[in-house]
Amino acid sequence: MTVSKRTGYFGKSIKRVEDPRLIKGIATYVDDLRLAGTLHTMILRSPYAHAKILSIQTGAAAALEGVVGVFTGTDINPNCGLLPCAAEAPDLKSPKHTVLANGRVYYVGHPVAVVVAADRYAARDALDLIEVDYDSLPVVSDPEKALQDGSPLTHPELGTNVAFTWSVASGDLDAEFAKADRIIKQRMVHQRLTPMAIEPRGCVASYNAGDGALTLWTSTQIPHLIRTLLPGMIGIPENRIRIVAPEVGGGFGSKLNLYVEEALCSHLSMRLKAPIKWIESRRENAMATIHGRDQVGEYEIAVKKNGTILAIRAKTIADIGSYLQLLTPAIPTLTGLMLPGCYKMNAIRMDVTGVYTHKMSTDAYRGAGRPEASYAIERIMDLVAADLGLDRIKLRLKHFPKPDKFPFHTASGLTYDSGNYRATLKKAQKLASWDTLLKRQAKERKSGKLFGVGVSTYVEICALGPSKMMAAGGWEWGCVRIEMSGKVTAITGVTPHGQGQETSFAQIVADHLGVPMEDIVVCRGDTSVAHYGRDTYGSRATALGGTALIMCIDKIVAKARQLAAHLLRAKVEDVVFRDGQFLVKGAPKTNIGWATLAQEAYLAKNLPANFEPGLEASSFFEPTNCTYPFGTHIVAVEVDRSTGEVKIRDYVAVDDCGHQVNPLLVEGQVQGGIAHSLGQALFERTVYDEEGQLLTGEFMDYPLPRAKDIPDYVMGSTVTPSPSNPMGIKGVGEAGTIGATPAIANAVMDALAPLGIRHLDLPLLPEKIWRAINDR
Amino acid sequence: MIPATFDYFRPETLDEAAALLAQHGEDAKLLAGGHSLLPSMKLRLAQPRVVIDLGRIPGLNSIRESSGKIVVGAMTTHREIELSSLLAEKCPLLPEVATQIGDVQVRNRGTIGGSLAHADPAADWPAAILALEAEMVVFNRGGERRIAAEEFFVDLFQTAIQPDEILVGIRFPVTSRAVAYSKSAQKASGFAIAGAAVVVHARNRAVRIGITGVSARPYRASATEKGLKGKPLTQEAISAAAVSAADGIDPLNDIHASNEYRRHLALVNTLRALELAASRC
Ligand SMILES: Cc1cc2nc3c(=O)[nH]c(=O)nc-3n(C[C@H](O)[C@H](O)[C@H](O)COP(=O)(O)OP(=O)(O)OC[C@H]3O[C@@H](n4cnc5c(N)ncnc54)[C@H](O)[C@@H]3O)c2cc1C
Repeated sequence: MTVSKRTGYFGKSIKRVEDPRLIKGIATYVDDLRLAGTLHTMILRSPYAHAKILSIQTGAAAALEGVVGVFTGTDINPNCGLLPCAAEAPDLKSPKHTVLANGRVYYVGHPVAVVVAADRYAARDALDLIEVDYDSLPVVSDPEKALQDGSPLTHPELGTNVAFTWSVASGDLDAEFAKADRIIKQRMVHQRLTPMAIEPRGCVASYNAGDGALTLWTSTQIPHLIRTLLPGMIGIPENRIRIVAPEVGGGFGSKLNLYVEEALCSHLSMRLKAPIKWIESRRENAMATIHGRDQVGEYEIAVKKNGTILAIRAKTIADIGSYLQLLTPAIPTLTGLMLPGCYKMNAIRMDVTGVYTHKMSTDAYRGAGRPEASYAIERIMDLVAADLGLDRIKLRLKHFPKPDKFPFHTASGLTYDSGNYRATLKKAQKLASWDTLLKRQAKERKSGKLFGVGVSTYVEICALGPSKMMAAGGWEWGCVRIEMSGKVTAITGVTPHGQGQETSFAQIVADHLGVPMEDIVVCRGDTSVAHYGRDTYGSRATALGGTALIMCIDKIVAKARQLAAHLLRAKVEDVVFRDGQFLVKGAPKTNIGWATLAQEAYLAKNLPANFEPGLEASSFFEPTNCTYPFGTHIVAVEVDRSTGEVKIRDYVAVDDCGHQVNPLLVEGQVQGGIAHSLGQALFERTVYDEEGQLLTGEFMDYPLPRAKDIPDYVMGSTVTPSPSNPMGIKGVGEAGTIGATPAIANAVMDALAPLGIRHLDLPLLPEKIWRAINDR
Repeated sequence: MIPATFDYFRPETLDEAAALLAQHGEDAKLLAGGHSLLPSMKLRLAQPRVVIDLGRIPGLNSIRESSGKIVVGAMTTHREIELSSLLAEKCPLLPEVATQIGDVQVRNRGTIGGSLAHADPAADWPAAILALEAEMVVFNRGGERRIAAEEFFVDLFQTAIQPDEILVGIRFPVTSRAVAYSKSAQKASGFAIAGAAVVVHARNRAVRIGITGVSARPYRASATEKGLKGKPLTQEAISAAAVSAADGIDPLNDIHASNEYRRHLALVNTLRALELAASRC
């Protein structure tokens, strides 16, 4: 790997090149597309969580001026395949996930019919004219009740509400529990959350009948995976499908999916030979875009009196909603794999039961299974410390593997690539002035305040991942082209939608080619430009996509060196590449740069023998392992005794994501992640009532953190490079969400500890805290 | 998110507006800042056939002093109230409440008249209206009438404004600085789960307390007011009286706060507002 010393972009906090267009409002989102002749769709959704559809009358709607057609499941489903799920479990039972409801609805928001009209107004008016006769059926909206005998069945034809079971087990669990001095138990609820990306979903499908080809613009994180999966639903081969993810206004995992609306619009465009547009409303987004989390876990920890944690046994119920989306069953398995956190222990077992209920599906939401794990294990560490009267810091230090023990094999069977957990902990303590903070706490407590200090030392899994772990390839692809003018086009198979890789990849490419960043354009998100890719999720993009680009550059440099030797009349082995110039050893004045090389490579009049014209290379990078970033977050909170409200006083985050291409982007990712965590820890929750009605379907009722909720952060980092990729990058897209929630929760529980309150479930709503205080 | 079809009128005078309202009756809705009306139209919860925009009628957007009273026009935005130097001096409770409504964008759009006419049980203004014993001035083709604060709020989203009437302004007394507003906000919407407005009349040793968010109808905390009547506002007196701030009230119960917690927050905010107002005496 050759890095230009002259450009030196790597490691610099460079402002995002994406931002001007976003700030000026001149970026192009799906809804900004205006294709001539576009027809607009609106979807009629079920108001019931479970009902039989007795009849659907579409006549009046179809007769409305401007309406082109009204379609129901009977019209659509026979022409579309079922929505696929890419995750597997041996005993997985899957209901048939049709594009529109097939005679029955299973959640509030279930698509029942679609109106296609000349404009959105006619389409919306027509929705009100469709008459559906529903026969409501018994609902189950609580996953624990769903497992009881006699519970209504989500999908009666499956004969059970159990979708799948999955276990991770290693070590001699019974023996470890037999050796224990004490078994500490805690039940923990990981509440359901709604991702609420600021831009809801939406798509435009345009079928070209002449070519038999379809273009689908969709607000997605995964255009490439959709291109792989959509052919099975609509019957067009993948080489006639182009998927474009234009500007995407937030994903957080909620757009890591193939949704029925994407297949529906594609089918309608083929059927009606017109571009079809669908734009999701906020209310639809809340009820029909995947939700996150929603696990209930019973944790048992076998400990010795001295605090040694021998083993953990967990049983969790994962509420997966009514259908399997792309990765639904895989999410709780990530919880099981990451449950040991950054601690040594001898045995672990986690049994997951995935349960169907009459609610929207759950799937990957920022952190995807890892926040549940980090929350559980970090609460466990504090509970063990509290129950045994030990120091929580010492307890953690005692269980950290030492830096020289990496690669470290966890009790759950993973191999952590590299780590120095003690270093991040120590640095965070220093930034938080730990001893002073504890003194301050003692003083505040004396004066009657409920003041808490919380710590979490988390580890997570990123850069997913080696293909053997993944359903459809875990490699990443890239292509770099030196254009004839000497400008550089870098095409990546990852699909950034806010992470900033147009900037960080330009930094990487500029350094490796020795050219100014301004000369580089990073292309992404269009399968006809980025031919292959596995897209953006699981904090994989920089580590994998960035590496694929470097591999391309290595190939280009090797090729250009031959051309340079030819043009400089030197031997190839005498030509060296440095700072964007090819030089002849011993004659540094004899050199040649990219502009000349590119021109010669494309003019192709003076090339070495057997030299292919052009300067372009593509590469697939297959990682050897995932990466395991980690960090320590320290939080100080104050709880208002009279209302139960929590105020964050101090926040310190020290994260280790390996080498940082652009610290500004890293900081932004961590800050955003902490904001998400703050919501999860303190107030966010998706609420369905017993009838399966969604009570948090608007921003009126679903609180997202606002600017004034966000504390001032003190941020720091340590650098432990990952050996899994040549740049030593780990990933940081989800770290904040994984590390912060338990730190905040631990701080609040620490504040309440003097009152004898041991554990409260998230979110730590004021009323919940107030009740706990008053129940004492 | 698209409303049903409606006709839109933008009258230039109050008489014209009143005539339109009389003509279209229950089919019509007046439009002020649109911050409550438009969302409910977009969700098709409200489907008026006619929308009458009050935005161009001169005189409705004003803050002035007139024969010892402060008169705030119905179309005055929360933001204008927040920034008014006249109000800061003569009726400081109003700017104090205004700053606690939504955010700047919301305050730039929402109006005091729209908020009062809408009568959202969680809105902030009703607490101030009650504590200040304000008078609502309404207009129809027959002329003007005044409605006392206590008679104004009828029920959830219901006021004493008749279908042919337009709220044109609110009349407030001039007060001292001994006023305060304390609020527990619903985390998502920012509206009040419980909000208490206090006005201290130091001369005759009386307080007025208006409470919003807690029940279907904003109310005066009369038991607390009585408890403090004629007493100096000592910490003991305030604490003792605040506990009856929700006496006889049937609090609302929803996912954001149970009725017990709402009741508790009514007491907490009453206590806080009293302490604050007392500190400004
Ligand atoms: C995001 C957001 C946050 C908010 N936060 C808060 C908050 O924290 N606290 C709070 O109190 N409020 C809050 N509001 C409410 C907002 O501030 C307005 O007060 C409220 O929406 C009504 O005022 P408006 O001018 O928008 O009225 P409109 O929506 O135009 O009208 C409301 C109703 O009143 C009727 N009406 C309007 N004017 C008159 C009149 N002159 N005579 C008779 N009838 C009339 C209309 O026909 C309609 O039925 C919030 C609103 C939003 C959108």
